[in-house]
Amino acid sequence: MLFLPQLLEGAVVTIEVTACASVLAIIMGFAAGLARLSRWWIVRAVTVVYVEVFRGSSALVQLFWLFFVLPFFGINLTAFEAAVLALGLNVGAYGSEVVRGAILAVPKGQYEAARSLNFSHSRMMRRIIIPQAVVAMLPPWGNLLIELLKNTALVSLITLSDLAFKAYQLNQATFRSTEIFSMVLVIYFIIALGMTGIIRLLERWFGRGILYRGAA
Amino acid sequence: MIVKWDFAWNILPVLLKAAITTLEATALGYAMALSLGLVLAIVRRSRVRAISWTAGGIIEFVRSTPFLIQLYFLYFILPNYGLTLPAFVTGILGLGIHYSAYTSEVYRAGIEGIPQGQWEAARSLNFTKLQIYRRIIIPQAIPPIVPALGNYLVGMIKDTPILSAIAVVEIMQRAKIIGSETFRYLEPITMVGIFFLLVSLVFSAFIRKVERGVSMDRRIEKAMEIKG
Amino acid sequence: MEHIIRFSKVTKRFGDLVVLEELDFEVMAKERLVLIGSSGSGKSTILRILMTLEKPDSGFIEVEGESLWHMEKKGRIVPATEKHLRKMRKKIGMVFQHFHLFPHMTVLRNVTEAQIYVLGMSKEEARERALALLDMVGLSEKADQYPAQLSGGQKQRVAIARALAQRPQILLFDEVTSALDPELVGEVLKVLKDLAQEHEHTMLIVTHEMGFAREIADRICFLDKGRIIEKGPPSRIFTEPEMERTREFLRNYIEVSNAINGV
Repeated sequence: MLFLPQLLEGAVVTIEVTACASVLAIIMGFAAGLARLSRWWIVRAVTVVYVEVFRGSSALVQLFWLFFVLPFFGINLTAFEAAVLALGLNVGAYGSEVVRGAILAVPKGQYEAARSLNFSHSRMMRRIIIPQAVVAMLPPWGNLLIELLKNTALVSLITLSDLAFKAYQLNQATFRSTEIFSMVLVIYFIIALGMTGIIRLLERWFGRGILYRGAA
Repeated sequence: MIVKWDFAWNILPVLLKAAITTLEATALGYAMALSLGLVLAIVRRSRVRAISWTAGGIIEFVRSTPFLIQLYFLYFILPNYGLTLPAFVTGILGLGIHYSAYTSEVYRAGIEGIPQGQWEAARSLNFTKLQIYRRIIIPQAIPPIVPALGNYLVGMIKDTPILSAIAVVEIMQRAKIIGSETFRYLEPITMVGIFFLLVSLVFSAFIRKVERGVSMDRRIEKAMEIKG
Repeated sequence: MEHIIRFSKVTKRFGDLVVLEELDFEVMAKERLVLIGSSGSGKSTILRILMTLEKPDSGFIEVEGESLWHMEKKGRIVPATEKHLRKMRKKIGMVFQHFHLFPHMTVLRNVTEAQIYVLGMSKEEARERALALLDMVGLSEKADQYPAQLSGGQKQRVAIARALAQRPQILLFDEVTSALDPELVGEVLKVLKDLAQEHEHTMLIVTHEMGFAREIADRICFLDKGRIIEKGPPSRIFTEPEMERTREFLRNYIEVSNAINGV
C-alpha cells in the first residue's frame, strides 16, 4: 500500500489519456464510418486507406512512429499528444467498422420513410438513421474503448508517466515486483469495470423506446 | 528527399531477420492461446460453481488488464519464485495467456452453439465426457469460429512489438536499436509499420481461405464430387 | 416372466410442473411396451430418465435388478456416480424424435464411432457391423454420405442403426416419427416392426401412431398428467378402455386423424 499514492498519480494520467483518446477515437470512428458510405469514391478510397493502415499496422508501431519519426518531418509532438493521437486514430479505425456496420443494419424502410417525408440527406442521417444505429453500436464501442484503455499502457514506452510507467519505475527502484504489479493490474481492472458501468448506463439511456421494437 | 533509400535497403536484412523472431513468437503464442483457451472454455463450463466462477473471473481479469503489465508481471515476478525464463519464452507465455482469455470466449460461444441433442445422443451412446468433447462437440464447434479465432491471430501478431518492452529482439526492438545507433528512426519504424500491414493483409486473406475449406458445406460438396 | 425395468414412486418436476408423480411401473424382459398419452403427460420423461438424460427428483429405478440412479457404497445408498451410470447405460439405447445424428461424420462413422471408442472394437469389426446394420435398415449405399444429404426418414433409420450398434438389451424410441413428413413415416415404422419381429430387445416406445402401437405392442400404458391411468394389451385398450380419460384421448385421436385423412 506504500506505493498507492504514486500509482494513483499514474492512474490519473492513464485516465486522462484514455478520455482524450476516446473522444478522438469516437470522432474518427464516426467520420470514417460515414465517409465509407460516401457518394464520392475518392472519399471512400481515402477512408479505406486510413482504416486499413491503422488497423493493419500495430498500435505500438503507430505510437513510436508519431513520437520518433514525425520529428524528421519537423513535427514535434509531446508524449501526451503523440499518445492521444496514436490511440485515437488506431481505435477510430476499428470504430469506423462498427459505425458503418450499425448504419447499414438500420432497416431500409427507415430510409424510405425519411425520404418520403422529404428530409434532406444529412438531416435524415442525423435525425433518423444515426440515433437508431447508436443503440447497436454501443456494446462494440464499449469493447473498443476497453481495448483503448489497455493500450494506454503502451504510452509508458514513450516516457509518458502513466500507471504502467510508474509501476515500472517503482519496480526498478524497489524490486517489490509482486506487490507493485498486482496492485497495478487491479487498478486497471477497476478502471475497466468503471468504464463498463458507464457504457451500460449509456446503453440503457439510448436504448429506451427502441427496445419496444415491433412494427414502428 | 527525406527518406534515405540506401539506408533503408541496408537495414532490410537485419529487420527481416528479426521479423522471423516476431513470426516465431506469434506462432508459438497462438498455439498456446488455442490450446489453453480451449481448456479454459471447458473448465468454465464445469458444473461445479466454484470452478466455473474462478475460470470466469480469471478470463475477465486477463481480458480487462493491459498485456504490457501482464508481461511485466511474468517477466519480473517469475524469477522471484525461482523461475528464470528467457525473455522470448516469457513473451510467448504472455501472449498465450493473454489471448487464451479471448479464444476461450470464442470457444465457449462455439460450444454453446451446438444443439443439446448432440450431447444427449452422445450420452445415450455412452461416450465419456472427454470423448463427447473431443469427438462430437469440438469438431462441430470449431468450423463456425474459425474466422473469430483467425482475427485473434491477426490481433496477436500486432501485439508482438510489445515484447520489445522486455527486450525480446523482435522486429520492433531491432528497429529501435537501429534508430538509437544511427539516430534515424524514419526508415526503420516505417518499415516495421509496413511489415505489420503486409502481414495483417496476408493473414486475413489466408484465414478467409481456411474458413471456406473447413465449412461443412464444403465437405458435403467433396462427398458429392466423389460420388460423381 | 421376469421384469427388466422397475420404477417405484418416481417423481420428476421441472420447476413447479410435476411431470411424473410417484410413478410405479414395470417392464418385462423382451416386452414391447408402448406409452401413449397427450403431450406433456410425461411419456418422454420416462424414457429420458431411463437413458440418464434426466435425473428423477425422488423414487427408485431398477434395471436388470440393479439400481439405475443410485448405488451402494459402504452399506449405504448413495446417488450414482458417472462411472455407475456409464455401466448402466451399456444396457440401454435410444432413438430420438429429432435424430441427433452427428452432422460432421459420414453415415458410416455415425454408426462406427461409438463402437470403436465406447465398445473398444477394431475399426474393421466396427465397419463390418455398421455396414450390416445399415443394410438391415436399407441404407448401405448411403454409408459415405453426410446426414445433411439424407431425408428425414433415412436419418432416422441411420439413428436406429447407430443405437443398435451398441448392442443394448433395452431400446427406447422417443416419438421417432413425429418429426417426419407423413410420406416418410412408413419406412421408419417398417424398420421398427422388422426389428421387433427378428430380435429380442426390450422396447419402450413413445408414439402418436396408434395403428402402429396396436400392431407392435404387447402392452399399452396410457399416461395422463404424470400418472399411468390405464394399462393392458392393445386389444383391450383400443376397443374397450375402462377410463373416461382414455376414451376421450382415443376419440380425439380418431377425429383428428379422420380430419387429416379427409374422411
